[in-house]
Amino acid sequence: MTAIIALSIFGISNLFLGFWLSRKTIQTFTLGFLAISMGLTVADWNHEYLWFGNMFRSTNTSINFSIIIQLAAFFVVAFSNAFGQDDEHTHPAEYYAIMLFSVVGAILMVSFDHLIMLFVGLEILSVSMYVLTGSDKRNLRSNEAAIKYLLMGAFATGILLFGITLVYGATRSFYVANIANAIASTPKESMPTFLYAGILLMLVGMLFKVSAAPFHFWTPDVYDGAPTIFTMFMSTVVKTAGFAALFHVFSGMFGGLYNTWALPVYFISMLTLVIGNVTAVYQQSMKRMLAYSSISHAGYMLMTVSSNQASTTSTILYYSLAYTLATVTAFAIFKIVSEYQTGRVEKPENFQAFEGLAKQNPLLAFCLTISLLSLAGIPLTGGFWGKFFVFADTFHRNITYSIIVAVLMSAVGIYYYFKGIISAYFKSSEMETIQIPGLYKLALVVSTVGTLVLGLYPTFVKTLF
Amino acid sequence: MYLLFILLFPLALGSFLLLAKPKNAFVISLTGSIIEAIAVAYVLIQSSQSPNSLSISYPWIPEAGLSFSLWVDGINGILIGLTGLLIPFIVGSTAKTEKANNPVYQGLILAMQTALVGSFLAKDAFLFYFFFEASLLPIYFLSAQFGGENRIAITFKFFVYTLFGSLFLLIGLIYVYLRTPGEVGSSDIDVLVETARSLPATSQNYLFLAFFIAFAIKMPIFPFHTWQPDTYTTSPAQGSMLLGGIMLKMGTYGVIRLVLPMFPLGLITWGTSVMILSIIGIIYGSIIAIQQKDAKRLIAYSSFAHVGLMSAGILTGSLAGIQGALYQMLSHGINIVGLFFIIEIIERRTKTRELSQLGGITQASYMLSVAFVVLSLGSVALPLTNGFIGEFLLLKSVFDQDMWMGIIAGVTIILGAVYTLRLIQKSMFGNVSRITKEFEDLTSAEKMVLVPLVLLVLLGGIFPQAVLNYSAESVEKLTQLLN
Repeated sequence: MTAIIALSIFGISNLFLGFWLSRKTIQTFTLGFLAISMGLTVADWNHEYLWFGNMFRSTNTSINFSIIIQLAAFFVVAFSNAFGQDDEHTHPAEYYAIMLFSVVGAILMVSFDHLIMLFVGLEILSVSMYVLTGSDKRNLRSNEAAIKYLLMGAFATGILLFGITLVYGATRSFYVANIANAIASTPKESMPTFLYAGILLMLVGMLFKVSAAPFHFWTPDVYDGAPTIFTMFMSTVVKTAGFAALFHVFSGMFGGLYNTWALPVYFISMLTLVIGNVTAVYQQSMKRMLAYSSISHAGYMLMTVSSNQASTTSTILYYSLAYTLATVTAFAIFKIVSEYQTGRVEKPENFQAFEGLAKQNPLLAFCLTISLLSLAGIPLTGGFWGKFFVFADTFHRNITYSIIVAVLMSAVGIYYYFKGIISAYFKSSEMETIQIPGLYKLALVVSTVGTLVLGLYPTFVKTLF
Repeated sequence: MYLLFILLFPLALGSFLLLAKPKNAFVISLTGSIIEAIAVAYVLIQSSQSPNSLSISYPWIPEAGLSFSLWVDGINGILIGLTGLLIPFIVGSTAKTEKANNPVYQGLILAMQTALVGSFLAKDAFLFYFFFEASLLPIYFLSAQFGGENRIAITFKFFVYTLFGSLFLLIGLIYVYLRTPGEVGSSDIDVLVETARSLPATSQNYLFLAFFIAFAIKMPIFPFHTWQPDTYTTSPAQGSMLLGGIMLKMGTYGVIRLVLPMFPLGLITWGTSVMILSIIGIIYGSIIAIQQKDAKRLIAYSSFAHVGLMSAGILTGSLAGIQGALYQMLSHGINIVGLFFIIEIIERRTKTRELSQLGGITQASYMLSVAFVVLSLGSVALPLTNGFIGEFLLLKSVFDQDMWMGIIAGVTIILGAVYTLRLIQKSMFGNVSRITKEFEDLTSAEKMVLVPLVLLVLLGGIFPQAVLNYSAESVEKLTQLLN
């Protein structure tokens, strides 16, 4: 709670600091701000607080999610490299400020106890993302991505809001607990039909935000067009917040109607897995591949949402953390290599740009390998346990078909993730040593070690959840 | 603690080689693998005197009931022994080549050893799975980086194929694990076995298939073998030795340790069908081996045929079958490492593996020919060689199960003799060809590897009792579960 106030103040002060301080200093300040807000978040541990007219509830679960979100933002800021040393077309102070604001939105999304708060959080997050997506003003693709994201996002928000209205109409409340009670106490026959319509519309609106198929069409274009650093932000912060909110709404609020929403979610998870993985195979650009991989991971997380077990919260938390660490690392390496290759090779974002990476840049190649292995879900890495817990949850519910689909799609996943590893290790090129800034290197090592620790000793974080 | 040492020591040394990249990688790696072998020998002696005294168990993911537990009994002891025994030879076989002091190469071999030992030592099913899959990484990098022609595509196929198979194992394990008693469940192999045995026949049938496919791909059994000949051929010699000598045994070990005791009802349903597949593999592998022109590919197919017999013997679930399979795993490992090394030596000197271009090596190198003949006879299962004991027990068990299957499987001895003798004849005897004219005799480094292997072939054929006794008690316990 104090964290969101602090972050808002930090965001505003960041805007002013931009007048006086250098880029590097602002970056350092932003890292400090995020560290402080993480400390403030942790300080609420084991206390349940209600704020803003009981619309905001801070619990241990929400704190865990908030920490993952802020950690992701922390990594993104560390990898931002102050947006280039002397590129006068970038405005670090504004970007960092907007990022802090969007973290506020994300924290609201994981801690809401009232649907309006969910909506406000979602909008803070989304509007910030629209701006950041289009921040590369002179790049046509960035502009296109921003417009596309804005239009599609606005529709999705509208649909979500419509759903909220119908749910309100049926249950006479916006409060999560009241809605859950209303659903539990009303016999099934006397439930108004438009409640189901409302649930469905809310589902659609939220699935759009987590880029589940068939609401995923914006994802590849937006991820591809946005500056890499903001793609990194989107694919981690927005996804984690989206899933936390989705699960809170459907398990916490509509848990009584599990039988109604489980089937659509279950089918959508399978569809998402198939579309995400199969399309990723055909990508030549690593950035687009990572975009589709993010869709496919939404499929795995939806699998566990559709199982709705007692352990699902901790599974989503674990999966988000493993996915966040791996994605951040993969994008960070993509960013530094493609920046280096710009001007040197024809298509710096394609897999070919990574050929021969291991020869002169063993650290980058190693971190890339670990992150891709984690995304592919291979032992030694956090991604393996993520999948393990997802399968275990799903099995508890006896949903066999989606497990079979998930297994098949895991094998497909290996195919495209390994394209990156093969390029880095087994192809040769004349790539020279890439200069990595100190902070960048440190963040890379930390995120890679984090992935390995999650893989070797998952209890380390599992006990926290 | 000893178990923890034999598990982690190779990894520690391997990581040191990979990270620090020292100049004298060969010496470090060889010394390390010999220390490891001594430690393994100590562990085996200890465990045969007082079983279970070495077992260790630490909580790994306590809230899910997963533990980090290791043990040694008569069954996995043989395989740990095999790994400990073979790795020094595999490392030694790189001597005086450009790979000898390549720290990455040596580091990957040692990392592979940890994965192999780990999967054999694991008492927790998910720990087993963890190492089972993790073992793919070092061997993949080893083969894809140092292999021969078309290595990237071939090793990639190998990786995806085997990983895909093991995902079935994963979901099968999770299915059984979720049915274990207790609040959080347990993934201890003994508990899983207890739980799985009480499952109804329909579940057991599905689970049997899920488990068996994973192991069948690893071994490989017909028709899941398509990755194997290419991968064995294209891998560097040491990669093929690791794959054929040890890694294949993960599959057979998995069948003995998990499939047999867990799904007795599944075995009743599917036993005959999968045995027939195994026997098809024996005949099919042998016939293709006869037609091979490439010596290494020939060995690859012969290994495919041998593992078919092992699998058929294991699936009989009899004492003789499992004992024979264990003994055969040991001898097959020794023989195939020796054979791959001889092919490698020939290739180093003549730059070819084509049988049509070789010939007359006996005249140039007497020692090499003797070693080749002894190792091959071991592979053909001639009496007094190590191969005989295993194959005899295996064939006996298959014969006891079903006479006709036994007869067809018995053809393996004849076919085996055909392709092996053809291999020897084409390469060793006959006229000296242009490229074998200046064939040099074995160097002392090569002798250091081949002579002990040859002695082991004979030793294994003459004194099998020690090994058979070592595993007897555990195998008996296992077979009691089946009746």
